[in-house]
Order: sequence, then C-alpha cells, then structure tokens
Amino acid sequence: MTWRSPLALVREALRGQRAREKDLRNLASNLPYEGLEKGKQPNRYFPGNAIKTTKYTLLLFIPMNLFEQFHRLANIYFVGLAILNFVPVVNAFQPEVALIPICVILCLTALKDAWEDFRRYQSDRKLNNTPCLIYSRKEKQFVERRWKDVRVGDFVRVVCNEIVPADLLLLHTSDPSGVCHIETSNLDGETNLKLRRTMSGLCISHPVFEPESFNSVVVCEKPNNNLNHFKCYAEKPDKEKVGAGIESLLLRGCTVRNTDHAVGFVVYAGHETKSMLNNNGPRYKRSKLERKLNINVFFCVILLFTMCLIGALGHFLWLQALPVVPPFLVPDSNGHLDSPSLSGFYMFFTMIILLQVLIPISLYVSIELVKIGQIFFITNDIDLYDEDTDSRVQCKALNITEDLGQIEYIFSDKTGTLTENKMVFRRCSIMGTEYPHKENAIRLAVLEEPESEEDIIFDHVPQPPNTRWSLDTEDTNPEDTQHHHGSWRKSKVAGTAQSNVAFSSPLETEVIPDRKLLQQISRAESSSSSSQKIDPYLDFFLALAICNTVVVSMATAQRQRTSESLHSRQTNNPLNTLSNLVKKPGSLHRIFTFWQRKPKRNRTISEDSVTEGDDFNPPVKTEEPGDINGLQTCSLYAPSQCNMPATTSDNLSYEAESPDEAALVYAAKAYGFTLLARTHDSVTVRLPSGEDLVFEVLDTLTFDPIRKRMSILVRHPITKKFVLYTKGADYAIMELLGTPYAEHLSGSQKNIAADTQHHLDCYAKEGLRTLCFTKKIVSDKMYESWLVNRRRALAAIDNREELVMDTAVQLETNLSLLGATGIEDRLQESVPDTIVALREAGIQVWVLTGDKPETAVNIGYACRLLEDEDLVINMSCKNKLTCTSILDCTLEEVRRYSEDPRNVDTTQDISLVIDGRTLTMALSSDLQDRFVDLAKRCRSVLCCRVTPLQKSRVVKVVREKLKVMTLAVGDGANDVNMIQAADIGIGISGQEGMQAVMASDFAISRFRHLKKLLLVHGHWCYTRLANMIIYFFYKNVAYVNLLFWYQFFCGFSGTAMIDYWLMIFFNLFFTSVPPIMFGIMDNDVSAEMLLGVPELYRMGQGAGAYKFSTFWVSMLDAFYQSLVCFFIPYLAYQDSDIDVFTFGTPLNTISLFTILLHLSIEIKAWTVIHWVIILGSVVLYFIVTLAYSGLCITCNPPSNPYWILQSQMADPMFYLICILTTVVALLPRYIFHVLRNSIAPSPLAQARHLDRLDPSTKSELIKEWRSFRGGGQVKRSRLSTPPSPTLETPVDIHLQSPISSDVMGDEFILNVITENYQRPLHT
Amino acid sequence: MGRTKKMVKEELANRPDNTAFTQQRLPAWQPMLSAGIVIPGFVIIGLAFIGIGVALFVTSQSIQLLELDYTGVEQTSPCFKCSDPNAKNCMCELTFSTDTLFKGPVFFYYGLSNYFQNYRSYGVSKDDDQLSGNLDNFKSPSDTCAPYEYDRNNKPFVPCGAVANSLFNDTFKLYQIVNGAKKVVPLDGKGISWWTDYNIKYRNPAVTPLKNAFNGTVKPLYWSKPAYELDPSDPANNGFINQDFLVWMRRAALPDFRKLYRRITDGDYAEGLPAGNYSLQIAYNYPVLSFEGRKKVVFSNVSWMGGKNEFLGIAYLVIGSLCVVMSVVMLIVYAKFKFPEEE
Repeated sequence: MTWRSPLALVREALRGQRAREKDLRNLASNLPYEGLEKGKQPNRYFPGNAIKTTKYTLLLFIPMNLFEQFHRLANIYFVGLAILNFVPVVNAFQPEVALIPICVILCLTALKDAWEDFRRYQSDRKLNNTPCLIYSRKEKQFVERRWKDVRVGDFVRVVCNEIVPADLLLLHTSDPSGVCHIETSNLDGETNLKLRRTMSGLCISHPVFEPESFNSVVVCEKPNNNLNHFKCYAEKPDKEKVGAGIESLLLRGCTVRNTDHAVGFVVYAGHETKSMLNNNGPRYKRSKLERKLNINVFFCVILLFTMCLIGALGHFLWLQALPVVPPFLVPDSNGHLDSPSLSGFYMFFTMIILLQVLIPISLYVSIELVKIGQIFFITNDIDLYDEDTDSRVQCKALNITEDLGQIEYIFSDKTGTLTENKMVFRRCSIMGTEYPHKENAIRLAVLEEPESEEDIIFDHVPQPPNTRWSLDTEDTNPEDTQHHHGSWRKSKVAGTAQSNVAFSSPLETEVIPDRKLLQQISRAESSSSSSQKIDPYLDFFLALAICNTVVVSMATAQRQRTSESLHSRQTNNPLNTLSNLVKKPGSLHRIFTFWQRKPKRNRTISEDSVTEGDDFNPPVKTEEPGDINGLQTCSLYAPSQCNMPATTSDNLSYEAESPDEAALVYAAKAYGFTLLARTHDSVTVRLPSGEDLVFEVLDTLTFDPIRKRMSILVRHPITKKFVLYTKGADYAIMELLGTPYAEHLSGSQKNIAADTQHHLDCYAKEGLRTLCFTKKIVSDKMYESWLVNRRRALAAIDNREELVMDTAVQLETNLSLLGATGIEDRLQESVPDTIVALREAGIQVWVLTGDKPETAVNIGYACRLLEDEDLVINMSCKNKLTCTSILDCTLEEVRRYSEDPRNVDTTQDISLVIDGRTLTMALSSDLQDRFVDLAKRCRSVLCCRVTPLQKSRVVKVVREKLKVMTLAVGDGANDVNMIQAADIGIGISGQEGMQAVMASDFAISRFRHLKKLLLVHGHWCYTRLANMIIYFFYKNVAYVNLLFWYQFFCGFSGTAMIDYWLMIFFNLFFTSVPPIMFGIMDNDVSAEMLLGVPELYRMGQGAGAYKFSTFWVSMLDAFYQSLVCFFIPYLAYQDSDIDVFTFGTPLNTISLFTILLHLSIEIKAWTVIHWVIILGSVVLYFIVTLAYSGLCITCNPPSNPYWILQSQMADPMFYLICILTTVVALLPRYIFHVLRNSIAPSPLAQARHLDRLDPSTKSELIKEWRSFRGGGQVKRSRLSTPPSPTLETPVDIHLQSPISSDVMGDEFILNVITENYQRPLHT
Repeated sequence: MGRTKKMVKEELANRPDNTAFTQQRLPAWQPMLSAGIVIPGFVIIGLAFIGIGVALFVTSQSIQLLELDYTGVEQTSPCFKCSDPNAKNCMCELTFSTDTLFKGPVFFYYGLSNYFQNYRSYGVSKDDDQLSGNLDNFKSPSDTCAPYEYDRNNKPFVPCGAVANSLFNDTFKLYQIVNGAKKVVPLDGKGISWWTDYNIKYRNPAVTPLKNAFNGTVKPLYWSKPAYELDPSDPANNGFINQDFLVWMRRAALPDFRKLYRRITDGDYAEGLPAGNYSLQIAYNYPVLSFEGRKKVVFSNVSWMGGKNEFLGIAYLVIGSLCVVMSVVMLIVYAKFKFPEEE
C-alpha cells in the first residue's frame, strides 16, 4: 500500500463517515474498478460482508470483560471491600486472601463470557468462510469466494437451496418471468415461500445475464432493521429511474427455493444487512423476586453496619475500661497506641472486612447458575415438546423463570394461540344460498375424536335434528363414515410427520364437497357454454383459487429438511431408492402398483404416503362415486399444459402466507378448481371439466390491515376481459358493493347482500372466520387510466405505500358480491382444560382478539373462558358518555351483587365482553380506574376488535393499576406489543411466523403447554428460587454471626477463630453446591399433583413464598442458630486450655452440619443427587480441612491450622459438642415444621402428603379435594356444550344467563346482532 | 413399521431425552414432617441424649478440681506483697490441703483471667518461620512482629513478637508437708505441649551450641534470660522447643483460660496427691493487676472428656428430656390433628 498523508486519511475517514450517514446511498457496480486499489473503489466506505458478533478480542478480553462486570453494583461492592482490605489501619491479616472470593466470582463470570464469545467467534468464522459465487470481470464468470469477500456493489449468484450471503437487489433469476422464491425461516421463522421479483431492465439478461452491462447507480436508503420494508431506485445512465422495494430484495440469511439460481447486486453487506440489524442479543428483564431480593440485600447491609457499629463501640468501651496498657495490647511500630476512639473508628472497618460475608457474595452467581439449571429442566421437559413441529419450549429471557410462578393475569391472543390457526374450510354461501358442507363437518368431527376425549369439538357434529343439515343425515351410509374414520385417522398420522410443509395437514388440505353445491356446479358447467365461463358459481370458485398469493410448489421441490431426511432414509430402503430414481409421478405410481400388486390411485410421492400409504384412500372415492371421482381421475392423468415440470393435482402442495388462503385453495380444489401454477404474471387453474385456464395476472393488490382486503386483477383467457377478484373482511367489502351481481340474473334473488350478511353473522356466531368474495369487470379504459396511476405510485420513493394503497382503493369500488366463506379455526388441543386449570390456579384470563365480538364470544364458550351460567356483560358503545354511564352502572351493579349477603357463598362469575372502540374509551385516563375496578371483579374479560397497540395498552394499564404480575401470550406480529408490555411475554411458534417468538421471553408451541409451564415449572422455579435465596441469606448470617459473637470475647478486636482459608472455602466450596442444587432440583410437590390441583399455584401469587416475614423469620432463626452454635461450645470449653483455632474448628464443623441439615429440613424430596451432594459436601469439608491441617505447618499465620482438626477428631468431646449443638440449633425449626404440618398443614403440605400415596388413591383423593375446595369446579369439568346458535334462531348470548336481565337492566344488554351492521371507521 | 419408527426418531432431533433426570422424575424420598412420624425419632434422640448426659455428668462429677487464686489482690493473700509492680523476684507461698486422695495423674495448670491472648494484633505478632528455626528470620524477623521486631539498637528480637514477649514467667514448686517437712512433689514438664508443636512446628536452628545461633540478636524485652537459656539443663527443652514456651505460644481462645504447667506423674505421686497439706512456692513475676487480671493455679485430674465441665452433661440431660417432652406433645398433636387420610 502506498503511503498517504495522515490528513488524507482523516479526510477519507470523514468522507466515509458522511457516506454512511447519508439518508440515501449511491451504489455503483464494482466491476469497472476490479483490481484497483482500495482508494479508488466507489463503495469503499461501506462495510464488507465479514461479520463479527463477538464482544471481545483476544488481547482486550480481560480489561473489557472486567469493565463489563464492574457495571454490576454487587461486584463494585466486593471490589470496594477488597480495596478496603489493603488500607493499613484496617489491619487485615492477609489482604490478598480477601481477594480470592471476588476473583473466583469474576473468573467464573469471565469464563462463562469467554466461552459464549468463543462460540460466537466460531459461528462467525464459519459464516464468513461459507463459499459463495461472486462475479469476476477478469474471469468473465462467477467465481467461488467466501462470504467475507462479498462487498457492496458485487454481483452474487445464489443457487437453489443456498443461503443468501448479503442483502441482494435481485437482478436476474433462472425463471423466465424473473421471480425467485425465498424462505425466510432463518430470519423470522416463517416457513412459507415468499416471492421476489427481479428489478427489470437494468442489464442485459438475454440470453445470459451480463453483470458487466450494469451501468446504473442504485440509490437506496440508509440501512434499517425493518425486514418488510426497503426503498430504492436505480438510475440508469439516461436518468431514467426504476423503483424497487422489498419485493426485489433477497435478505441475507434467506434460502433460495424453487429457483435454479438468482443473481443479485449487493446493496447492504455484513453488519448493515437487515438480518444483522435485527439481531439484537438476549433481552434482560429483572424478575420481581430479584427486585425484592435487592431490598433484602439492603437490609443485610443495614444489619452489617449495625453489627460493625456494635463492634466499633464495643472496642472503644473495652479499650476505655483498661486502666493501663496490658501486655497483650500491641502498640504500633513506633510504640504508640491509638486513642480508644480512633481505634474504635478503625475497628468499624476491620469489622466490615471480618463480617463482609453477611452480604451474600456468591448469591448473584448462584442465582444465575440456578436459573441456568432451571432453564435446562424447562427446555428438557418432554411434555412441553411438540412433535409436530419438533420444537421444545425456548427460554429467551434467562432470568425471569421464577416470575412464571407468580402470574396473576394472562392476556391471550385468540387466533393461533387458543386456536390452531389451521384453517379448515367449513361452509360457504354463494349468491345468497348457504351450503353447510355437512359431510365435511362429520369428517372433521371424526378427525377430532381420537385426539383427545375432553376436547370440545367446536361445532358439535351430531347436531340436534332441528338444524338445517340434519335433514340429509339419513343419506349418508354409516359404513362410509366408518370407513372415513379409519382412513382419515391414518392419513392424519401421515400428515403430522409431513409437517414441514406449511399448512398441509390432511385436516386442512382435504375438503369433502357439499353435494348440493357439486350438483349446482356441474349444472353450471354444462349450462354455460364452454367459451363463456361467467356463471357466478364458477366465478366464486375461481376467486377462491386465484385471489390469493398462494405459491404452488411441487412435492419434489420440497424443503431441504424433507430432502435430507429423504436422503438418509434412502440408504436403507430399496423401495425409496427406486422412487427417487424415478422422477415422474406417473411412472412412480406404476412402479408402486406393480410392486404392491394392489391397484392404488392418487399415489403421491411424498414420503409419508409411501410409508403409510397402504390404507390411504381418498375420501372422495367412497363418497361420490360419480362426480368427484371422475374429476379426480381425469385430472390425475391429464397432460400438463403449463410449464411446470410435472403436474398432477395430487402432488401439488400450496405454500400460503396465511392459512386462510391455503384453506380456500384446498376448498376450491375439492370442487375441481385446482390451482396448478402461479408465476409472477399468470395463474393456471384447472376447471372441473379438466380444462386448464391460464389467467394473466395484471396486478395483485396485496392485503394490508387498513383495507382489510386483497384483490387480484387478471385477464380472463377466454373473454379477455379484465376481472378484479377481491376478497376481504365482510365489513371491508360490504360497503364497496355496487349493484348486486345477481340482479340481472334472476329476479328472485333480490337481496343477495342481505342474505349473505345474515349468513356471515351466523358464521361468526359459530366462531367461523368469514371472508367475502367479489368480482368486478374492469373496462379497458378504466384499466388503462388506473395503470398510469399505479405505475407512478410504484415508482415513487416517498410515501410509496400510501400511494400504492390509494390506487388499490381506487380500483376496489362497485364490487359485485359472489359469496362468502366460513373458515373454521379449530381450537387447539386441551385449550378449555388449560383455561379452566389456569383459572383454578387463581389466574385471570383475558382474551384480546381482533375478531368480531360474536366470533370471540363463541370461542370464549368453546374454550370455557365463558361458562353457561356466567353473567356476561357486553360493553359496546359508540360515544364516551354512554360508555361512562354504562361503566358506572355496571360497576354499581357488580358491587351490589358481590356485597349482597345472599351472594356471599355463591361464586360470582361475571364476564366482560368489550369491543375495541369501547375499550379505547374505557382506557382513557378518566375512566381507566373504573374500568380496571370492573375488570378486576370479572372472572374473565374478552376484548374484541382490538388493535395491537390497544392490546399492549390493556396489559400496561392492568399491570400498573393493579400491580399484578402479567403474562401475555400470542403468536403473531400483532401480539408483539402486548408481549413486550407484559412482565412475561410468551410467544407461540405457530403458523404466523416468528415475530411473536422473537419478542417473547419464552416460546412454546402449543397453548396447552402454558399449563405445565406455569403450574409446574413456574411453581417449581419460584419456590425453589425463593427458598434458595432465603436460605442463602440465612446461611451467611448464621455463619458470620459466629464471628460476631466471638468479638465479645476478644475485646472486639476483629479476631477470627476460624482459619481464613477455611472460612473462604466454607462459602465457596463446602456450602455452595447444596443450595444451588436445592434451587435447581427441589420438588416440593410432584408435577402430577400440581397439574391435578391447580390451586396450589396460588401459593406463589402475590408475595408467595418470598415474603418479608419469611425473610425475617429465617434471619431470626439464623441468629438463634448462631447463638447456639457459638455458646454451647463456648460453655463446653470454658475454663479449659483450649486455644483459639482449636476452639474455632468445632464451631466451623457445627456450622457446616447445622447449615446443611437446615437445608435438609427444607428439601422436600431426596433423590440420589441430593444425597450425593449433601454427603459430598460433608466429606469434602473433612477431606479438605484434614488435608489443609495436615500440610500447612507454618503457612497462613496466625492461624496455624496444623493438626488441629486431627487432634480434635481424636477427642470424643468434639463429637459430643457437635451432636448436641446441631440438635439444639435445628430443634426449633424442626418442631415448627412438624407442628405446622400437623396442626395447620398448608395446601402444599397436604399435596405433598397425597404425593406419597399410591397413584390410584392419589388420583381419587385429588378429585375429592378439587370437589371439596373448588366447589363448582367438578360441575364445570363435564363436557359443556357450547351454545350453538343456529341459522334460524340467532340467539342473544345474554339469554344464557337468566339473572342477567334482572341484575343488569335492559340497557346494558346490547344486542349482538344489531351491532353487526356497525361499520368500522376506515379512513 | 420399524422403519417408520426409525424415521420418526431421526426427524425429531429436538426431542428432549425422556430420562428420569431430565424429566425430574428421579425416585425420591419425601420425608413428611408430621407429628405421627417424628414421635419415635424424638423418643430415641431424647433417650440417647439422656443417656449421654448422665454419663457425662457422672464423669464430670468424678473429676477433682482444686483452684487457688494467687493474684494477691486481697491483703490476706500470701502473694499480696508480690502484687506490687515494683517488687522484683518476689516469692510467695500458698498452702492448701486435700482431704482425700487427689487421683492421678494430676494436671497442674496456671490460669489467667481477663487476659486477651486472642486479641487480634497480639495474635498476629509472631514469626512462625523464625520459630521453626529459619536463621534468615533471626536476622530479619517478619514485620508482623512489630513493634517487637528490633530493639532500639536495631537488633532483632529472637523470638520476636508480642506473644513471645509476653511469655508467662511465674514458676511454681510444689511441696507436700509431711510432718512439717517439705517434700518436693516432682513435676513432670514433658509432654505438656502439643506433640506437633514440639516435634514439627517449632524447631531450634541446627546450630550447636544453640547459643551461637542467637548471635547478633537480643532477647525479648520482657524476658529475663534469652531463649537458649530457657532450660539449660535439657537441650530437648531449650530454645524454641521449651515446653512452657510452646504452651504459651498456643494462644488461648478465651480471655479466662488456663494453661498446662506440669503433670504430677512421678514417684510417690503417680497415683495422685495423697490427702494432706501442701505448699506451693510461687516465683511471682507476671504482672496482671494492671489490667485487672487474675492468676491462679489449678490442680485437676482428667477423664476421657477432659477437664471438669458440668455444662455439657446438664445440657444433654435437658435437651434429652425436652425431646421426650416434645414426643409427648407430638403424641397429643397427632391424636388431635392427624391427617384424615392417615387412618
């Protein structure tokens, strides 16, 4: 490198700084500058792609780590003490020795940090050295380099299943239409494929891509961490600007799928990539217990100071009382003695040194270790493991495990949290006619049954005969249903193993068509001429199949994981080897047929079908021998007309961003409208007739939460008309309807909209998710004019989103309603059971959902958040005045109700249902208190139609006003706010990506895991840690006080009668492991018991096991024990010739026994590990002390431990004193425990008692107990039928509670149905 | 089907181990502290303690103890004249008598009260290396000895430090008065210190004669003779391994202590001190009155439990009876509040 003046270097650095800080960056291709020195490179200011996530460097590790560690207050205290040791007047014996504990602690922490950092370093190095392909001008091709060599401005080629090394602006893909699929699971955990498009027209890409032709300047924004947002434009030499957004950006860490290769221009590299910017380490939260603990540490400091003050004062008085200088009083080297007051003053500091252990020095380290252990056990719990997703519970926040045991309020999201977020197509309404899909309902019920007996089937299938679809029941052959049962069960097993394919369990993928509707379609097919497919029924299904962003992926092009497992299995299975050799499904099918000598149809090559497939029978076969079967057969062997490599309708799998979309596509497929392929600009759909239609996609107006709808603009291949299909929430669609579509079709169906709305309401009451489908024919002229706007909006760099949205709104007008669908989001397994258990545990459960009140209420009943006998208060009002009055009156009523003597014994079960708008008013500062007061009295609260921000606000208000421990659980991005606002945020890794999980403290995969996580692990972690901390305080006080008492017999001179090293070892080795083990492993009550009797959880709520009284009682006990431990040996050795350290040895031994046996009283369950550690500690004490006393002849003056323990152990008095003292010291605590357990056993003690019984009596007694304590609980645990409002009789939910009308007064019962028509305000 | 199972296993890489340890299901012993269960424990402990207590008490009772204060505070005391700080080389004589045989071996202690050998800076003030015979430390003692490190002429004190300096220097001679004549009771000064002190920890420098090792050093300030003249008659009891010195150097734990002076094991007195009159001749050197200390001599015989101490026996008896009482209380509690399931 050439020499450059420092000034130039500074100028260069400044320029670089400026270039990096600029809002817009100009990036040019590196290729013209290839081989030039660094100073000439255009992109030299931007960091390279090498990453470094390590905190420390090898050289600076020690200073940096020390600096980091001294940020902790506790460590500063200890260092302060260490320094105090070196102050001469303090007269510490060996200042160096005092450094040992702090050094050990610092070293331990440093080791931990170093190890973590080394792991980071290793992973960094691995990443940085990953090979990738960079274009080189010299070699005119892509050459292999390492990730760290990638620079901004390079051209990088990524091949299929490879990970993108940096943020790339997509320029070219192997796909002719210029799309590329990526999987972002490394980034956000979303497993569905996402579509990325090339930024076209920037370089010559025909026939091969030429990076050297790239001569534009890419202008992009400053790096930010928003994964879903990117703005840039490319300026060509002719000043033409081409805009691009996130849809053209390949993010670092993503995997390219379904695309042979892709080439991109590096815009951000290394630490500036979005994934790295998103990578901010673990979160630090302080638990409630830790906050309390700090108060107790403060008390200990006060105690320490008091004791030191007593020592100082005592020393002063003692000196004062001496008439002359006795021979044992040593003057300083000048023969001068300090005045008593000055000596007393110095003595204060000497005492601090002597008694410093009173502040538990190793407590913080121990707590950390304990939490690591607790987390180990939580994450290893097999009950919290989900086989479907192969995921364990994750603990992201490492230091709030014990908060899990103190939760008082749970705020839960509904979709994906309480429910599966696995959407199942249930019913639809087309042109005002309802198609109930009864057979499908039966199938779902059958699927549900074997899963869990207690689970409530959402929509009870054997419906009472007055429902509509029951009329057809006799038509179904019971044997057929039986058959379904069997086959479905098997295919379900297959489906679980196939879970790596998004949204494709058989539950979701298979829909049994409604017979009436099938007939209707076939009629429509035959009636409408083949050239004109404009029947509304066909349109409806076309909309279902097209209007989405579902990506079709072939089973052969599955994820890496599948292919890997496929690969590994290949070796031991000749059958599979064969199947892998054969690529064509058709031939594969033939091979199987041949091999198994059984006629099989619809064979898929997915692994699970291969292994499980013997009994796989498509349900359609037996159900409808005519229609559907024919359709399927024909589609199976129909020649492929699109450019996909192989297509049969069965090995298609759909990758959808939202499960609703997948469900709809599968529903359409069941009716023969099979989505075959989707590219950037075309959609191929196979019609029931077997004909493939290729729609040209002109534009997709993507979903956004403001519009609450999405549209797709296609050109019909036959009519060549521009058709806009829109789907969306009913209220987002209904107001955009133009003239009813059917009006010119048939005069009898005048009011489709009203009928459909009615159906929608009923769907909602059933708890179904509703979507409306519309169609609009766009005239050519209108399209042209719109296109101009659209292009302008897309090219804009400022306000782009808004402009794009505006254009979408422009087009989505005058829609014609086609119909509506009802999609069921099934309750997750054991949700009602979990909610009931949580509630019995004294936790209030709130559900916050964006759904409509009707849907929410229905789910509320289904998951037993609401009970039949509950009093449901429905709050929904439009202005604040009514809101205020309603709130006041309700509160008044509720208060009166609870204060009424007649209601004293009855449990008041009041539930509150409140909608988003009312919630906003209720949470305003003036009504907040009243609302919280009301909510506090309610057993459960249901907030509907709430926004993410409102969710977090509710959590915050409850948390702050009621001063309670809150937990928020959710699965989606909309729950992130709430998760972060609560004391504990729990993310459910579900179908909706990982944002919630990323923001959470704990991540679980099923809602039901919450039960064990809280009731068992929460309880355990809390009691363990609380007991451990209290024990720690006790231990230190009990030990240190021995020294304190001795001061009364040595003129308060700060003498220790125990060898200094042994004192340090005592805390560091002999008594440190047992409490840590206690904190990790103590099982006060078995998991079974805790789950069986959720009330036990209440022990932890509020102050729980860690009360100030508990703390002070144990402090008093510590004082008592130390008194006993000191004075019994004192009295025993009085007037003897015992020397200082011979006197100290039994004291030390007694302390050890007392402290360990004290722990033994507290340990509730003794496992092998407990025995080993407790006995090991004792053995270690004797071995170490004996060895030390045997080897140390003149070391460590003045103690001279030589042969002291040995001589003591040869003296029977030693044992007699040890036994007596230990017994006397522990007797009170022991008797206290015994008497408490006998006279007034706590529920925990009772549970412990039950634990000892044999399993059968135990479960019987648990039941008995619950019925005895819980009162109504047993009655509730029967399978309660959720009220199922039928279409004919829309029932007001309040009719379920007979008292409601008396108590509440009519004005508060706001009819749900009337509320339906209220439109949300969208501006 | 086996294949399927294998496949499932491979796929579930994250599945936690289903072991008793990770699932926290290790077989555990759950002691239940309730009245019914602990009664036998209390009874056993109570009875055992009472047994030990009785044994201890009886043993303690059998130990004979004779204490004689010779501080000379009272004017009637024969040592009153010696308590004057200005009196030099004062001798005083104490007489006492025993009615019965004082069973041997009789241990002869001297005792000090209100003397804080455990005082912090006092305890530090010695040089273990010097005392283990390291000649380097003769020249330059450890600074822990300050201010008893060097004398005014900057000559090192050997042995240095406050502990050595304050060596107890009263000496005793015991006579039995047989028919008016004094018969010397032989006192055995061997083996009164710890074996390890005498044989391992404290060493004279390997210089003969011992005196030469002390060249260039001075005797401690309060000492009347240098260390190498502590017992000129017996080289095995001279210098740093002088037994009296060793006894003194082992600092007492409590301000009221006694230290072993001699044992009476020889000659006519091997069986103990016969009943009769005795005279104790005391060379009164050590000043204690200035700090209100007391000096005494103690004759005692020892048992397996050491010297006379009634406390431990009584404590065992009390705690043992308490346990028995508690077991009765527990029985009542048990009868009243037993678990309903315990029937």
